[in-house]
Amino acid sequence: MNIVSYSDLLRFTLPEIVVVVAGLLLLTLDLTVLRQSSREKRLGIAALIACAGCLLAAHMLTHAVPQYSLPDSMFVVTPLTRLVQVALLAFTILTVLLSTSTHITGNIGEYLALILFATVAMMFLVATQNLLLIFVALEFLSLSLYILTGFDKRSRDSAEAALKYFLFGGMSTGFLLFGMSLLYGLSGSIELPQIAAAVSGPALDPLLLVAIVMVAIGFGFKVAAAPFHLWAPDAYQGAPTVSAGFIASSSKVASFFVFGQVAGLGLATAAGYGAFRGYQPGWVPVLCVIAALSMIVGNVAAIAQTSVRRLLAYSAIGHAGYMLLGLIAHSPRGTSALLYYVITYALAALGAFGVLGALDHPSEGVDRIADLAGLYRRAPGLSLCLLVFLLSLAGIPPLAGFFGKFYIFTAVLESEPHLGLLWLVLLAVVMSAVSLYYYLRVLKQVYVADGAPNAKPIRTPLVTRLVLWVLAALVVLLGCAPGLLLNRIGG
Amino acid sequence: MLAWTIYVSFIGALAARLSPWKALARMVALLTALVSLGIGLVALYHWQPGQFVTVIDIQWIPQLGIDYHLAADGISLTLVLLTGIAATAGILFSWNVEKRTQEFFAFYLVLIAGVYGVFLSFDLFLLFAFYEIAIIPKYFLIAIWGSVPKDAAGENAGSQREYAAMKLALYSFAGSALVLAGMVAAWVASGGHSMSLEALAAFHFSTRLQMGLFPLIFVGFAVLAGMWPLHTWAPTGHAAAPTAASMLLAGVVMKLGAYGCLRVAMMLFPAGMDPWGFHVLGFGSWREVFAVLAIIGIVYGASVALVQRDFKFVIGYSSVSHMGFVLLGLMTLTQIGLDGAVLQMFSHGVIAGLLFAVVGRMVYNRTHTRDLNALGPMRLAHAIPFAAVTFILAGMASIGMPGFSGFVAEFQVLIGTWRAFAWMTAVVGVGILVGIAFTWRALTKAFFGEPTPGAAEHALPPISLPEKLGALLLLATTLTVGLYPRILTDMILPALNSPLFEGLRRGAWR
Repeated sequence: MNIVSYSDLLRFTLPEIVVVVAGLLLLTLDLTVLRQSSREKRLGIAALIACAGCLLAAHMLTHAVPQYSLPDSMFVVTPLTRLVQVALLAFTILTVLLSTSTHITGNIGEYLALILFATVAMMFLVATQNLLLIFVALEFLSLSLYILTGFDKRSRDSAEAALKYFLFGGMSTGFLLFGMSLLYGLSGSIELPQIAAAVSGPALDPLLLVAIVMVAIGFGFKVAAAPFHLWAPDAYQGAPTVSAGFIASSSKVASFFVFGQVAGLGLATAAGYGAFRGYQPGWVPVLCVIAALSMIVGNVAAIAQTSVRRLLAYSAIGHAGYMLLGLIAHSPRGTSALLYYVITYALAALGAFGVLGALDHPSEGVDRIADLAGLYRRAPGLSLCLLVFLLSLAGIPPLAGFFGKFYIFTAVLESEPHLGLLWLVLLAVVMSAVSLYYYLRVLKQVYVADGAPNAKPIRTPLVTRLVLWVLAALVVLLGCAPGLLLNRIGG
Repeated sequence: MLAWTIYVSFIGALAARLSPWKALARMVALLTALVSLGIGLVALYHWQPGQFVTVIDIQWIPQLGIDYHLAADGISLTLVLLTGIAATAGILFSWNVEKRTQEFFAFYLVLIAGVYGVFLSFDLFLLFAFYEIAIIPKYFLIAIWGSVPKDAAGENAGSQREYAAMKLALYSFAGSALVLAGMVAAWVASGGHSMSLEALAAFHFSTRLQMGLFPLIFVGFAVLAGMWPLHTWAPTGHAAAPTAASMLLAGVVMKLGAYGCLRVAMMLFPAGMDPWGFHVLGFGSWREVFAVLAIIGIVYGASVALVQRDFKFVIGYSSVSHMGFVLLGLMTLTQIGLDGAVLQMFSHGVIAGLLFAVVGRMVYNRTHTRDLNALGPMRLAHAIPFAAVTFILAGMASIGMPGFSGFVAEFQVLIGTWRAFAWMTAVVGVGILVGIAFTWRALTKAFFGEPTPGAAEHALPPISLPEKLGALLLLATTLTVGLYPRILTDMILPALNSPLFEGLRRGAWR
């Protein structure tokens, strides 16, 4: 064991500490000073503190030393991890702002504090290459998300969703821990680079294959990839809308990044080969199967949904399949493609849930697709935003989702000689054609159907509108000029 | 300068959407289309034979070697002109749209902008992006403003429209999915440096790869060109679309597919059309397969059109038949056949636009029926003689009467077919005869039917000025090209002989 100096630890994790302090501060204030204040005031002040904390942390991240690491790969910071952390903070700010118009709870301080704590967990998650810390951070994140899912105490669906999410999540943790313990047993180390060095050899140890499968199952649950996706539709449908948006956006980014670290770094030497000819065992073939299943199950099942949230959940499962393609590429370009895809996906997904959240009213919620009928008359701005988000998810240019798909396909095809993974790319493009069908079904209700004749216009708070416009603008901007992001994540 | 056709259309779409009054939206749309057409005409006026104009070529996504490269050769300019003419006429024929007018013209102009973009892109990624931009407006144009036959009123009407719109969108998107896969594979196989069409055309892909990618990309684009048996979106889509959208779908959007076949599939993978070296069911190469499919399309489309009761479906199937000539011309791989194919793209765009204008706007909007049997007793030749005369002229152009553009185009395709696959010409001849038959049948049934004794004469509203202007514009175009085809062939032929199509020529044209 190497000795870690506490002053170093403090210095390097200062951004994370700032976020934690912000969370504790707003929790304390909300429980003491603001106890008697009006709902709006409490929400406003708490959101302000949360945003200020995130902004401060982001500022520190962009101005700190570019690269350093603590012993035992406990904390490894590179420009890339820092960029992901900043992106996570940005998503958190947007989520917090979106939640200012929510009606789900009176416990405002707890809600926002949990969002911040989940953010801290994600920040640690992306900045470590140590199995132990990965596990702890992942559990911290998951626990926060379970509570966020079940936060709407008046709704039975919310409680059910949280319980399902928790049970499945707990099970996946077991798999993950088992896989990690096998990795440790095989390599004698919990540091990803050393594991990679230890397990390399001419032939793969069968035990390593078991470890690979276990880890893949564990992470498969976390990122909601088929066949480990069963919790996702219920969680997305039952959770408060903002929580669902948070799960779909930030936690996706962080989980995929760390999955990429474990697979690409820790198991770099056990990749294998996923084409039919020249097949070699390793994690690439395992992920190929999971990716193909996710794309098929997610996109096909989404066709049959009548609830918008369930539809988005299944589409998220499909998108997880596309993101896995970026992992399968296991090249610098693959990482870059994965990050571009997952970040732009998160923008669109958060936006789509944000629109649904804006339509949520205590009296009339929006759950069925048919509830959206005639929305273009009642809320033209929200409808336009939803159009942008859903078309980006479908991969229509010039929106960001299109370039994301293109980029990830090029990365995965490039990764194997002789276009070996063309079968996977063909499956992916065919499934993206399927996906257009169900996104258009939603948009058809919004723009084509006439809806109730006497429906009143929908009023949306200014902050929510602003956040949605920012998200839509980012989706368009990153689609038209992908270079803005590519320059930072390496192309 | 030519790039402004795209920008003007996007700006026009925004302006039409934001316009507070319907009348203003119409004027904005018309002005936009006229400006774009004007830009095309100016380019035509200054055109030197064999010219290749690079409008703009800047790095867009340098990490992947993707450029924002807009340029034009003779083929591009021909189709840009077609787009300008069809768009202008389409707006004139949708002057009477009252439902959500601003949005109608906004979607319409976005579609136009995407089409211009495809014809002017010389970077494969950019071309594909514009190609997909055109899909979504098509869906909304049909789903919101589509026309439906009278007998399917009420609840059913909406679902029929939406069915046609969804079918069209999914066919287009599935086709483009194949193109996307092929495009990514081509980019990776060429080393991943550039998406420029010039660079990819100059790269020597292995014959095996070309054999694999050519059919993938060709079929992907040919879906939109209405190749049998993937044509089924076309008749339903055309029939369900509002008049202006039918004119654009048949007139321009189907050309996107054919253009993609030529510009991407054939230009980049010429060896994909070589003989396989073995025979399956008598076919020895992809070229023969697609040629036969094109001929089936010609004969099948015409035969089905012959038995339709719905006037709009007659024209819809005739489009499938006429687009067969384009695909056949491409597959002849002779200079004259390819020239004919490109000319047919232009010619069919104008003529189909005219036919749909007569059926959808002049006749249907007045009689509210598309049933040929119901139209007969109305004696339309007397009630709206302008429509009858227009349809007669358009029909003559459509069946390939000398003097109209259709003749020059189809004749060249036939010569090319004779040189390439002699025996097939006979089958095409049958298709042409059936084409004459269905045009004649539709003409007599719709306009010169026997009046029912005792029935009151319907007074129909007279043909309005915008309709007359639109019809005259299209008629003048087909006559001009028919009488003086060199105005276009002088641009097309040098483009076909340019270095870009080197691989297709293999030194000399047959």
